[in-house]
Amino acid sequence: MSTRFDAAVIGAGVMGCATALFLARGGMRVALLDRGEICREASGVNAGTLTMQMTRAALIPYALRAHDMWMNMPAWCAGGDVLATACPGLSVAFTDAEAAMLEERARIRREAGAPIELIDGRTAQAIEPGLADGVKLAGHCPIDGFASAYLTGRAFRAALQEAGVTLMEATQVRGIDGGFVLDTSAGAVAAQRIVLAGGVWLQDMAAWLGVTLPIKVLINQLVVTERMPPVMRTVLGVASGLLSLKQYANGTVLIGGGWQGIGDRARGGVAVRSANFLGNVRLAAHTVPALRQARVVRSWLGLEAETADALPAIGPLPGIDDAWIIGSVHSGYTSGPYMGRILAQAILGEAPELPLFPIDRLLHQRSNSA
Amino acid sequence: MIFDVAVLGGGPAGMAAATEAARGGARVVLLEESPAPGGQVYRAPPAGFKMKPDPDRQEGDALRAALAASGADIRTGCRVWGLGGGPLVPEGQPDAPFSLSALSSDGAPFTVQARALILCCGTHERIIPFPGWTLPGVIGLAAATILLKAQGILPGQRVVVAGAGPLLYAVAAKLLAGGGSVAAVIDAATSGEWLRALPALSARPDLLAQGAVWRARLLAARVPVLAGAQVTAAEGDKVLSHVRVGERVFQADALCIGHGLVPATEASRTYRARHAHRPEDGGWVPVLDTAQRTSVPFLYAAGDGAGVRGAAAAPAAGRFAAHTALHDLGFSLEHASKEDAALERARRTGAAMARMMALRPAMVAAIPAETIICRCEGVTRSEIEKAAAAGANTINQLKHFTRCGMGPCQGRMCGEAAGALLAAARGVGVAELGFATGRIPLRPVPMASILGDFDYADIPVPAPAPI
Repeated sequence: MSTRFDAAVIGAGVMGCATALFLARGGMRVALLDRGEICREASGVNAGTLTMQMTRAALIPYALRAHDMWMNMPAWCAGGDVLATACPGLSVAFTDAEAAMLEERARIRREAGAPIELIDGRTAQAIEPGLADGVKLAGHCPIDGFASAYLTGRAFRAALQEAGVTLMEATQVRGIDGGFVLDTSAGAVAAQRIVLAGGVWLQDMAAWLGVTLPIKVLINQLVVTERMPPVMRTVLGVASGLLSLKQYANGTVLIGGGWQGIGDRARGGVAVRSANFLGNVRLAAHTVPALRQARVVRSWLGLEAETADALPAIGPLPGIDDAWIIGSVHSGYTSGPYMGRILAQAILGEAPELPLFPIDRLLHQRSNSA
Repeated sequence: MIFDVAVLGGGPAGMAAATEAARGGARVVLLEESPAPGGQVYRAPPAGFKMKPDPDRQEGDALRAALAASGADIRTGCRVWGLGGGPLVPEGQPDAPFSLSALSSDGAPFTVQARALILCCGTHERIIPFPGWTLPGVIGLAAATILLKAQGILPGQRVVVAGAGPLLYAVAAKLLAGGGSVAAVIDAATSGEWLRALPALSARPDLLAQGAVWRARLLAARVPVLAGAQVTAAEGDKVLSHVRVGERVFQADALCIGHGLVPATEASRTYRARHAHRPEDGGWVPVLDTAQRTSVPFLYAAGDGAGVRGAAAAPAAGRFAAHTALHDLGFSLEHASKEDAALERARRTGAAMARMMALRPAMVAAIPAETIICRCEGVTRSEIEKAAAAGANTINQLKHFTRCGMGPCQGRMCGEAAGALLAAARGVGVAELGFATGRIPLRPVPMASILGDFDYADIPVPAPAPI
C-alpha cells in the first residue's frame, strides 16, 4: 500500500464518477472503485430520460441544472458525450382521473421551477404528431430531452483519467476499517475520506460502517425496438409517470417508465415480468399508435435505489468523520452529475450551490420506529 | 395445463428427446420454428414439395415418424420469444414451472408451461468478416444448405464455396448435383489438418465414403480446391461479381461461406445457467453434468446447442436428456438409456469436425481495420480496438462503448469475431470477456402480434411515484 488517497469513492456510477471527477479537479488524489465496470449498472442501463415531468418536485432545481450539464457534457467532461438531445417533453392524460392528477402534479412542479404549461390534446398533437387521439390534457415542458445512457461509462472514463483519478474497475470492496483502509479484491486501499456511491448496494456499504440505512430496490424494465422510420420527436410520458418514450437518432424507440421486473440486490436484474412487459408496451402503443409497426428487439432491467421517503441520501455519514454518501436520487440519472458536483463542493469544504440531502432523517426515523 | 416436459427446438436432438419423453409416459410439447421438425441437416421439404431422396432425408424421416407416433404435442412454425419461470422468480420464492411465450404459425400468441425444459436449440453459423462480406450474393454455408435441401434452390449460377468444415464439400457437391457451377472451393483447413482428422473420421466409414464421393465429384468437374486458403475480399458493384483469394480472382455471382457453427445459447443464458467457453465445442456452451443437466434445476440441453458434435450424435444426447428429465421428475423408468459404440463413434467424428470448425485466430487477426464486424450497427474492427484501448474490458462493456451486438441479431452474427478481436486487443482469453446477458425476446417480435386487443382502462398501470 504505497499510496494514501485523499478520497476513495466506492461505486463508479454516474454519481460516483461525477463526485470523483470534481474532487480530483478540486485538487484531491482520488481512487474510484467498482466491483464491476464503470457505469454498467443503473447508470448505463437506464432509459436516459432527461425530463422534469417524472422528477420529484423537490429535485426540480437540481434536475434543471443537471439537464444543462448533460446538454453541455463535452465542455466539462473532457469531450465525453452521451449524445444528449434536447427536445420538448409531453406528459399526457387520457382519462379524467389522469387529467386531474396531471393538473395537480404540473402545478407542483411548476412551483418548483419546471416551466410546464397545460395544453389540450390538439395542441399536444401539433407538438408531437405521433401522439394518439384522445388526449384530454397534456403537460408540455420545453426543457426535456434524452441521452444514450449506455455511453455514460465511456463518456466519463477519459475525463476521470485526465483529471488523475485512479479508476479501479473489477475491484470489489469487502469492508472498511477505520482510518480508512478498504479491504478490496485488489488488496488494501487507504484513503483519508470515503464516499459511498453504490446505488442499491448503499445499504450494504453503510453496514460496513455500522450504519443501518434501509434502501428499497426497484427493478425497472426497459424495452427497445428495432430501428424504424421517425414516429415521434418528443419525450412522451403519461400523467401517472409509468411511461417514458423517446426515439433515438438511429431510429430505435425506447419504452420504459418504471414497470417492475424480477430481481434483487443479490442477483441483480433477473428477468422481465411478462405481464408488466405487456402492460408497458400496450401503454406505449396506445400513446404512439405507429409503434404497432415496430418489432421489439431487446428488453433489460436496471436496479434503482429508493430511501424510505424516496428523497436522496446525499451528505455526511452521521457520526463518522470524513465519510460521505450519495445516491437514492429519484430519476437519479437526470440529476446525477449535478448531485456529484455539489457533494464534491461540500467535501472540498466549499458551500454547495444547493443544499444536500443529509441522511440523519432516515436514521432518526428508524430509531423512532424501533 | 402444465406439461411435464417442453422441448425447445425440433432438430435431431429435440425430436429424439420429445419422442423418448413421450414414450416414457410424460406429457410433452415440442416447439419448433420451422414448418416441420428436422433441423438443418434433416430438414424436411415444404409440404407438397417433392425432392429426390437422400440419406439425410431418410434419417430425418425416421426421427419424424417416431416423433409423430410418440404422442408428443408438436407445435411447428412457431416462434418462441419469451422465457420465464424456472429460476426466474422473485427473491425467496421457489422455482416456477418453465413458461415459454410464442407466436403460432398464423401469428397468434400462446404460452406453454412445463415442469422441465430441454433445450435443443442447435447452432448459428460463424462468419469471420472480410471485406465485402455484407455484399448481396454473399451468404452463409448453412443458409446455402437450407436453400439446397429444402427446395433445391441454387444460390447462384457460378458459386464460390469457402470456409471450414465438412459443410464446405457437402454444399459444393449439392451445387454440382443441382446443375450449378462451382468456381472454386476455398478450404481454410490445410490437407494436414484433414489428415490429422482421419483417425476420428475413420470411426464413421459411411461419412468418410460420402466425403470421398463429394471430393470425386469436384475433381471430375475440375473444380479448383484451394486448401489452407481463405477469401480475402468479395467485390462487385452493388452485388457480388468476383471473389478474391490472395492473388487469384474467381468470377462468381454467389459466395457461400461459413467458418463453423456456434451453439445457440440465448435460452440457457436467459435462464442464467452456468456457461463455459470451449472453443473446441464451438464457443460458449452451458455447463452440463454427465447426464445433460445444466446448472439450473430441471433445465437440460442436448445436441449441437450444448457443444457441436453433429447431427448423427444428437439423437442419443436428446434421448439421454429426456431420460434424465423423466428421472428427475420422478417417473419410474423401465429401461436405462444405453450408450452404444456407434454413438461414441459419431461423437468422436463430430468432435473432430467441431475442432476443424473452431474459430481460427489467424483468420480474425487478418481482418482489415475498416472491415465491418457488426453489420446491424456498422461497427468496424478499428472501432472495436479503439473501444478496447478506451477501456472496454468485457463483451457487455464493448456493447456499451460501440453498440456492437445491440442490433436485431443481438450478436448472433458478430459475437464470435467481436469477442476474438476484443480478447486479442486486451491480450486475454475470450473466456475473460464474459458473454452477453441473455434477455428476451429470443428473436425480434412484432409488437402487433403480442399487443392483442385491449382497452386502455384495462392496462394495469401501477401506482405513480410520489410527487
